[in-house]
Amino acid sequence: MSGYQTGVLVILCFNIIAAYAVYLPLAANQLNLGIAGFMAVGAYAAAWLTTELNWAIAPAVLVGGGASALVALVVATPILRTQGIYLALATFALGQVISAVFLNLEVVGAAAGYQVPAYAPAPAVFAATAAIVAVVFYLSRTRFALYLTALKNDATVSELLGLNVRALQIAAFAIGAAIAGIGGGLYAHHFSFIEAQHFNVALSITTVLYVLLGGTQTVWGPLVGALVYTLLPEVLRVGAGWRYVLFALFIIGFMAVRPRGLVTPDLGRRLGAMLMRRARPGKAVP
Amino acid sequence: MIAQQLVNGVMLGAIYVMVALAFTLAIGILNFMNFSIPGLFMAGGMATWILIHRGVPWWAAAVVALIVAAAISLAVERLSYRPSNEGDVEVPLVSSLGFLVLLQSLVLATVGSDQQAFPAVLGDLNLRIGGLVIGAAQVLSLAISMVLVIGLTVALKSTSFGRQIRSIAESRETATLLGIDVGAVIPRVFVISAVTAALGGVLFALNYLQVSPFMGENVGFKGVAAMIVGGMGSVWGAVLGGLLIGVAEVLSIRLFGADTVDIAVYGLLLVLLVVRPQGLLGKPPAREKL
Repeated sequence: MSGYQTGVLVILCFNIIAAYAVYLPLAANQLNLGIAGFMAVGAYAAAWLTTELNWAIAPAVLVGGGASALVALVVATPILRTQGIYLALATFALGQVISAVFLNLEVVGAAAGYQVPAYAPAPAVFAATAAIVAVVFYLSRTRFALYLTALKNDATVSELLGLNVRALQIAAFAIGAAIAGIGGGLYAHHFSFIEAQHFNVALSITTVLYVLLGGTQTVWGPLVGALVYTLLPEVLRVGAGWRYVLFALFIIGFMAVRPRGLVTPDLGRRLGAMLMRRARPGKAVP
Repeated sequence: MIAQQLVNGVMLGAIYVMVALAFTLAIGILNFMNFSIPGLFMAGGMATWILIHRGVPWWAAAVVALIVAAAISLAVERLSYRPSNEGDVEVPLVSSLGFLVLLQSLVLATVGSDQQAFPAVLGDLNLRIGGLVIGAAQVLSLAISMVLVIGLTVALKSTSFGRQIRSIAESRETATLLGIDVGAVIPRVFVISAVTAALGGVLFALNYLQVSPFMGENVGFKGVAAMIVGGMGSVWGAVLGGLLIGVAEVLSIRLFGADTVDIAVYGLLLVLLVVRPQGLLGKPPAREKL
């Protein structure tokens, strides 16, 4: 693999991790517009542990994810009192506050950024991404995912049927934050440098955009969204500036004609039916 | 000295008022969190700057910039708002975010990411009252935003168009049944909202003598904060919220330094969202179920 290919794949991995961090709360009907803040918590916590306390990278990154989940748990109770648009705006404000806090935190370099000597090579990033994807896919086959779908479709009915809606919401929010934190920790150790300005609102927003581009109704959606977002500009060989123009046009067009995203359960069924027809010619499915 | 800071805060707040007004019209009337508004704010300032550079007189440049913003806003209506009339609130929100990214990256790709110096077209006129210094551009933006607010309040209250808008905000179906051409009123609301935001961008450029692709992100999102602090959908809430955020920002720069602004402004927003989500002047949200 050339250096260029490895570089693209590493970016893809970080985008996939971010995508699943956004996807989990979204599966419970929570639009998290502050995911960059949670990445920053994980990145700075992990970087501080390896740099100041000489921890190994793996436990530091995991603790970073834990720290991010902890922040989510602490803020979840007040924040999840709000709903819909208010929740999206509250997470947005939270993301801004978190990155502004790191911008002022002298322990981790404040506005000058933070050097991270410990280095996580590309294969480690690939392995961690694979593990996260595996965990999310496993979760999607458990009753937990089923509960989240029920909650997303109708929170009131789910509550009447005996689901603990608040606990589920908090769990989805915190697991998403943990994934974001792990992604942030990996990012810090792969690129050896972090600055608060990187974890800005644009990062949160673009992540949400490609997750919704992929679709949130199936667990494949975020993966496809991240793939399209990362690889399409590379394939088309457009310049750095124009890739976002292209991406934005794609989003607007897609939301107008296919608001449920690229991958929907319906698409899966139709693909399945098509394959069946191929396999048994003559017996067309009505 | 603190009085001067308060004056500066109110003047900055006047700009936030305009952005908050644009947001509050979209959410109050259309229930649409229109995230393209920070982009329109930037487009207003940026287009004015580009045209001035091409030799257009500044006032003509500003007028053309407002028309450009209105045209973009009509595209937002057509592509983001209209396709998802019956869907959930997330789809138009996300699509309008797409417009924000589009506008920002278009400017980035063509003009570059540098902050550009905006010419001081109003000269160096300053009013001196007591020990206070107030710039002509500051007075102009405060005056324009107040005229807009009062004009909007009157128009919403006592014109036929205002009554049509309020009935649509109340219930779209009833408005349609009563013979209001909803399809014709809504684009006009988009145009009003866009012109308000873009005018804010032009006034920002006149005041602070700078434009950049990121001005919408920096200022426009504070307009969101201002709208929520005041209360979503309330015109006077936008005024109160805008002025409060402006003063909070200037005071936190003065007291704690420039890097703490986001903590102060968004921290205020976060606390308010949790404690009183309907904002200071808003009505408590009606529960849909139960």
